[in-house]
Amino acid sequence: MSLKRPAKDQPENFEFNSSSLEAANKITSRYPKGKQQSAVMALLYIAQKQNNNWIPLAAMKCIAKFLEMPYIKVYEVATFYSMFNLSPVGKYFIQVCTTTPCMIRGASKLVEACKEKISENESELSPEKNCSWMEVECLGACVTAPMMQINNDYYEDLDKEKTLEILDKILKDEPPRPGSYRGRINNEPENGRKTLMELKNA
Amino acid sequence: MLKDQDRIFQNLYNDLGSDLTSSQKRGDWINTKEITNKGRDWIISEIKDSQLRGRGGAGFPTGLKWSFAPKEVGSRSHYLVINGDESEPGTCKDRDILRFEPHKLIEGCLIASYAIQAHVCYIYIRGEYFVDGQKLQAAIDEAYEKKLIGKNAAGTGWDLDIYIHYGAGAYICGEETALLESIEGNKGQPRLKPPFPALIGLYGCPTIINNVETIAVVPTILRRGGKWFASLGREKNTGTKIFCISGNVNNPCNVEEEMNIPLKELIEVHAGGVIGGWDNLQAVIPGGSSMPLIPKEKCETLTMDFDSLVAEKSGLGTAGVVVINKDQDIIKCMARIARFYKHESCGQCTPCREGSGWMWRMLERMAKGEASKDEIEMLGDVTKQIEGHTICAFGEGSSWPVQGLLRHFKDEIKKRNNFDPIVKETQNIPYLVDQHLLDKNA
Repeated sequence: MSLKRPAKDQPENFEFNSSSLEAANKITSRYPKGKQQSAVMALLYIAQKQNNNWIPLAAMKCIAKFLEMPYIKVYEVATFYSMFNLSPVGKYFIQVCTTTPCMIRGASKLVEACKEKISENESELSPEKNCSWMEVECLGACVTAPMMQINNDYYEDLDKEKTLEILDKILKDEPPRPGSYRGRINNEPENGRKTLMELKNA
Repeated sequence: MLKDQDRIFQNLYNDLGSDLTSSQKRGDWINTKEITNKGRDWIISEIKDSQLRGRGGAGFPTGLKWSFAPKEVGSRSHYLVINGDESEPGTCKDRDILRFEPHKLIEGCLIASYAIQAHVCYIYIRGEYFVDGQKLQAAIDEAYEKKLIGKNAAGTGWDLDIYIHYGAGAYICGEETALLESIEGNKGQPRLKPPFPALIGLYGCPTIINNVETIAVVPTILRRGGKWFASLGREKNTGTKIFCISGNVNNPCNVEEEMNIPLKELIEVHAGGVIGGWDNLQAVIPGGSSMPLIPKEKCETLTMDFDSLVAEKSGLGTAGVVVINKDQDIIKCMARIARFYKHESCGQCTPCREGSGWMWRMLERMAKGEASKDEIEMLGDVTKQIEGHTICAFGEGSSWPVQGLLRHFKDEIKKRNNFDPIVKETQNIPYLVDQHLLDKNA
């Protein structure tokens, strides 16, 4: 189990803005009457998006009121799932996969790059306060390992130089290009594909 | 090698485009109405004839699972839930279906919902696949627009709504009852079974839960017939499967192949061979991280299907093949997997919550050579204390890889670990044994 603690500095209030509210109402309507609690994860995502990539305690209270459920239940969900950030992570949140399939293809080099460019420790904001990094468990792109995720996008087929390039762009506040950095658009064998050849040549 | 026309996922590499028009050219949605007109019993019996087994890991026969849904809809409505919480290290097949073949999945959802009489289908996708989930959402919107789902879906007379529910980074939500808890808005902690979800599942209603790949192959099976599917592979291990080959190979890839394909063919032909040549192979994890590894000697002749891998004390799982060559430290690799399980344990059952961390710490020490020889036996003992003592199969999933390491690489661990404990054992007290049992023997 992972340990997660809410940030020490918490804002006093949190309210959904109008676009968040619209999205929240739309998602809540997908679940049967009386089961609106199902939308709690989606609402936490909305709050996270609105509040610069992290969820303050006030947002959990707001969601609890919105879904008519106990605050502690929202807190439980927010602390259980690893993708809800309970303290500030910056505008660019970098997650490096270091589970075995990535590890044996050199994920430690990516971690080195993050340590050099962003901060010595995980979950620590960079000097410019606009990004942070952490090691995470398998992100499900093992065929294009090693890889990392920045906010919603995957960056695949990396090595140390390419990671440094990406991080440089981020530090300059330019969004880098997502996808594979060896030019792959799918998970086919890079050279020497043996299947579905007619379609490839078509 | 499987013939190209027998591959179900023609667009696995996105040569043709994933939108509705190109999908229809490949044969999706062309005669959905005719299929449903043949009736529920025909659909279920055809799936039974095809001997399709669930592609999510456990390999439960799909036709049998569908037949558990109540025949008559009572006061509680039925649900179909699709498990796309692909988090098993080594596996990335569902992602390609979500982004490149979404219409196969959506059509499968309609047919399966019709067969089990569900009007609502939730597709649970792991939160990290947000971008791929958006692609699926676009395909769902397209299908709504063309009246392929919604009221009177595709002219079948059946109403169906499909919603995506995003997870948020919990591996355990791939376990079916934890997934239901997660959809209901709770922590993802598995439920006790029975009652099975087919009778009491989502919101207490009958629910059928299937993997993305399982549902996506259903329309093709019904079009080409259960007999065609059953003619591929071998008895009880039929059909095709997407294999994900990752790790130390020259060309890591996803490839759809026939069941029962030799492992060596997968690695040598499709993945371009092991880095450093076949002789540099150390071990292979055949089915995602929770399956015990298999050493090189056995890889020569191994065939990839459910039953032949069980005979080797491993399993096909999700068919995520992780190749480890001799440049890697095998103990470190397994210690990292143990860390994964320690991180992902939901914390509900004590043996798993405490044991997974215990295994990780011991393996870390063993990788550094700081353990004593006795601890090797102790580690085996710990895995046995977890296995079978938990609510869900996570206990097995976390202890099997460690058991696999002990089974095949014990000598390696013994060679490295010579730590001499200061306190010597004078009595032979088996570790972690109920004290009252000891008294009885005394």
